[in-house]
Amino acid sequence: MSKALSAIKNGIIDENPTFIQVLGTCPTLAVTTSAINGIGMGLSTMAVLVCSNLFISILRKIIPDTVRIPCFIVVIASFVTIVQLLLQAFLPALNESLGLYIPLIVVNCIVLGRAEAFASKNGPVTSLCDGIGNGLGFTIALCFIGLVREFIGAGTLFGMTVLPEAFPKTLVMIMAPGAFFTYGTLMAIFKRLIDKMKANKAAKEEAAA
Amino acid sequence: MNYLLFILAAVFVNNYILSQFLGICPFLGVSKKVETAAGMGVAVIFVMTLASAATYLIYNLILVKLGITYLYNIAFILVIAALVQFVEMFIKKSSPALYQSLGVYLPLITTNCAVLGVAVSNMQAGYNFILSVLNGFGGAVGFTVAIILMAGIRERVEGNDHPKAFEGFPFALITAGLMSIAFLGFQGLINVSTIVKAMGL
Repeated sequence: MSKALSAIKNGIIDENPTFIQVLGTCPTLAVTTSAINGIGMGLSTMAVLVCSNLFISILRKIIPDTVRIPCFIVVIASFVTIVQLLLQAFLPALNESLGLYIPLIVVNCIVLGRAEAFASKNGPVTSLCDGIGNGLGFTIALCFIGLVREFIGAGTLFGMTVLPEAFPKTLVMIMAPGAFFTYGTLMAIFKRLIDKMKANKAAKEEAAA
Repeated sequence: MNYLLFILAAVFVNNYILSQFLGICPFLGVSKKVETAAGMGVAVIFVMTLASAATYLIYNLILVKLGITYLYNIAFILVIAALVQFVEMFIKKSSPALYQSLGVYLPLITTNCAVLGVAVSNMQAGYNFILSVLNGFGGAVGFTVAIILMAGIRERVEGNDHPKAFEGFPFALITAGLMSIAFLGFQGLINVSTIVKAMGL
């Protein structure tokens, strides 16, 4: 049980796919014009990631080693198609605003990366938890970037107006360059915090010893 | 003339990296040296042009005919993976020198989202065969321009002082943001939909 829990925590903090591993950068930059879009993209990717991790982990002993990558890609592409059709049917507005980036979950390196690095070597339950952890880490990161960009660029949070109308809006933040700036700055802050946490921990251990 | 404008629009106005965010992984990962960036760029031009043609044919001749267009995603990614493999084998046989310089980058292209992205956006925009190929080619040239510029800048600023937390990716991202601002200047220069309409599509 503790292995499963640590897999989840690992995905969210220690190996956060967005800020530490820097995987899946394309959707991270493209859809985070608002927090809602970020969450939508994060949850769609998480659904694909969890299902593909589970399936690949179950099939890991059947798939021959030499053709594993094409097999993984077919499994992932199937789940992406399922998610896309479900979104079209039940959340057409979100599907519209995410557009091209939903089919592109297939080439999101997080999904293939976890399949290759984790699911193909571990049992179904831990793989499932690993999918949940990484998916949550990705979703939280996207939501956070979306919040910052939305707040500075449009003066709203989750679509609700927060800043007064007269407050100057920095439009560039919800355009393409703002994505790069926000992502870069947040990544630097995240790295700094993690480094500090690690230093604190090391200092404590040293004091205890 | 219209075709030329169409290519220019794909290269500058709708630059895949700096305004559509496709292919960011290789853009950040392989942009430390101008030489390797150029190698990656050439490989991407090669594969993306071929992939646009191949996926157009697969979509219109097979998926549409059989009425299984909803499977486009699976079909496209398999075609691209196979194509990359084929290109790799072909170059290895025909020109070992080129293979030596591209070798490492070729397999990486399968997961370059710009390649699948161009295939899907060609399909969604309903371009014909020529426009699809030109869109793939122009998009890939835009990718190459951006990655070579980025590598040039990174070579220059490598030894500069910057805050420790910004080392590596954050620094590259801020650089990309500044480049993206420059490319915003092309916005609205060429209107793709009017060109396509003028060509009677």
